[in-house]
Amino acid sequence: METFVQLLVNGLGKGAVFALLALGFVVIFKATEVVNFAHGSLVLFGGYLVVVTRETLGWAGAAVVGIVSAGVLALLVERLLLSRSKLADPFSLALLTIGVDVIVTEEIVRRLGVSLPFIGDAWDAQPLQVGGVTMFRTHLVALLVATVLITAFFLAFRYSNWGVAMRAQAENKEAAALVGIRSSRVTSTAWLVAGVLAGVAVLFIATQDFSGAGLSRGTHSIALAAFPAAIIGGLDSTAGAIVGGITVGLVDALSTHYISFAFAKSAVFLVMLVVLVVRPSGLFGTRESIRV
Amino acid sequence: MSEIATESPPTAPESPPSPVRRRGPMWWVRGALWLALLVLLLVLPLYLEAQWLRAGQYMMVGAVGAIGLTLLTGQAGQLSLAHAFFLLAGGTSYTVLSGSTEGGTLVGFGLDPLLSLVGAVVITALLGLAFAPVAGRLRGIYLGVASLALVFLGLYFGQAAETLTGGTSTGRSPTPFSLFGFEFSNEGDLEILNVPFRQAERLWYLFLALTAIAFLLARGAVRSRVGRSWRAVRDNEPAAAVMGVSVPRAKAGAFAVSSAYAGLAGVMTVLWFDILKPDESEFGTYGINVSIAFLAMVIIGGLGSVPGALVGALVVNGLPQVLALYSTDLGWFTGTGEGTFTPVLISSFVYGAAIILVVLFEPGGLAAIGRRIAGRLSFTQRGKE
Repeated sequence: METFVQLLVNGLGKGAVFALLALGFVVIFKATEVVNFAHGSLVLFGGYLVVVTRETLGWAGAAVVGIVSAGVLALLVERLLLSRSKLADPFSLALLTIGVDVIVTEEIVRRLGVSLPFIGDAWDAQPLQVGGVTMFRTHLVALLVATVLITAFFLAFRYSNWGVAMRAQAENKEAAALVGIRSSRVTSTAWLVAGVLAGVAVLFIATQDFSGAGLSRGTHSIALAAFPAAIIGGLDSTAGAIVGGITVGLVDALSTHYISFAFAKSAVFLVMLVVLVVRPSGLFGTRESIRV
Repeated sequence: MSEIATESPPTAPESPPSPVRRRGPMWWVRGALWLALLVLLLVLPLYLEAQWLRAGQYMMVGAVGAIGLTLLTGQAGQLSLAHAFFLLAGGTSYTVLSGSTEGGTLVGFGLDPLLSLVGAVVITALLGLAFAPVAGRLRGIYLGVASLALVFLGLYFGQAAETLTGGTSTGRSPTPFSLFGFEFSNEGDLEILNVPFRQAERLWYLFLALTAIAFLLARGAVRSRVGRSWRAVRDNEPAAAVMGVSVPRAKAGAFAVSSAYAGLAGVMTVLWFDILKPDESEFGTYGINVSIAFLAMVIIGGLGSVPGALVGALVVNGLPQVLALYSTDLGWFTGTGEGTFTPVLISSFVYGAAIILVVLFEPGGLAAIGRRIAGRLSFTQRGKE
């Protein structure tokens, strides 16, 4: 029972981090209909900036720099590349992000070399005793931070001008433009938000508690699990991203313990396949209807 | 009706243009160029050293896989990141089918290598078909992400099924390919025009033949009814269905064909490395990076273009090999340890940038550029006549 509670908390903690990544994914998709294959490289970029600036700024300062720079990179990708090709369809733009991903990831992996730094200084490897159950502090903090961020996001999405504009644009791009919504501003903000969320997520991923591995190519692979998370929930559903993220986290934690570490990664993707077969647009995604 | 059609062409010049009638000067120029290329490729082993031949073989491995992917992604409009998985499946099938029956813990069926090669292609095609129910329900990007699942399953399979793959630590060496008793290895002495024909030279011809077959079949598919049905599905599914194309069948067919190509490329990969070694992580011989590299070949060459896929393979798979060979002569990339630039890294930068540039400036890829040049040439020629 104790192990099960422990696994549950671990799964929720991991799930919270995946939810952050998946949420970024969904926000970009809603705003632009582009699937951002460069999400993993945003994660790496944020983490790398933490590593570089940690010595001079201290961990907290470096963490802020990392988060901001991941957001800025996402913004730059949107402004410099995607917004330049308005005529290209979302499919080609998704391919374009693959190009970005390859370049950024390879360069950062080259710079990291053989060093695999852990970057969750404030919470990593400091287990907590809660009622006789040992828990990873990383997962608890992740759960807390993600809850705060996701709540803030949903409030903004519901009530702020950006949120309303964003939902309007997702609903009908032409109509939104007609009532004076600046499409470019909505889109850039979406990318910025997604980048910031990725920058936060990496602080939890590249830790001993979460993955047992420091910032490396492996971090990029872990970030790939945000794909199934977003797909399970439905690519255009923000609430779905949270459900998907938690599902992925729980499946990962439970299958690692009860089946095997090697199988856990496949398990996540298997669950995604099953969901896709039953519901091709994910659990909460809008079903595409075809008008002939 | 058919009798009239067979009799009429000589007497009726206004009948629908037959393929023969359209053969203008450009057709002959193009034919001559293809022939020249083939002759060049046939005589290369007489002049090139083994290491250059191996680089060329690696490009051909890429070409076969890329042709398969361009049919699926370019012609049928289905994004797939599962190519690396089918590569692994093909390589494993060949190794298992042709493997010795007395391999201890390793499973082997001791089949003839040619039969094993065909078997491997069939098995991967069936695997692709098995994925079709999923593929048929999903469109575009959704399918791309769903197909990622196969790469992860392949990773697990490679590690877990040690009796088939040999496991990640040792791997498993494949039976050398042989055709009617002639081994494509260093066995026996063979000299042609005073050039010793060893494994590199022999494999060159094998790979060249396989690539040529793959290329011709793909061109045939693109120009035939099958290709038209794929393009119809890609452009508009409801419209294709209205015109009588079975959409699920076209999609499943494209997936099976593309997987078969990837399976063949997998067999070639195993023969090229002379070992089947499953990956330890997502990054390796059969990892996501390979799926992305194949996608890069297809995008650079121009989505849907079969010759474009060849050129894309030349760039993506050729560059690291050629850079590595040149660098040993020129003394580049000599640094070791942290932060060094390796040929593989440089090529990744190049094809990453190439993808971005193609999407931004020339969505048709190199194939579109080629068509434009060919169009110009034929135009100027016609002007001179």
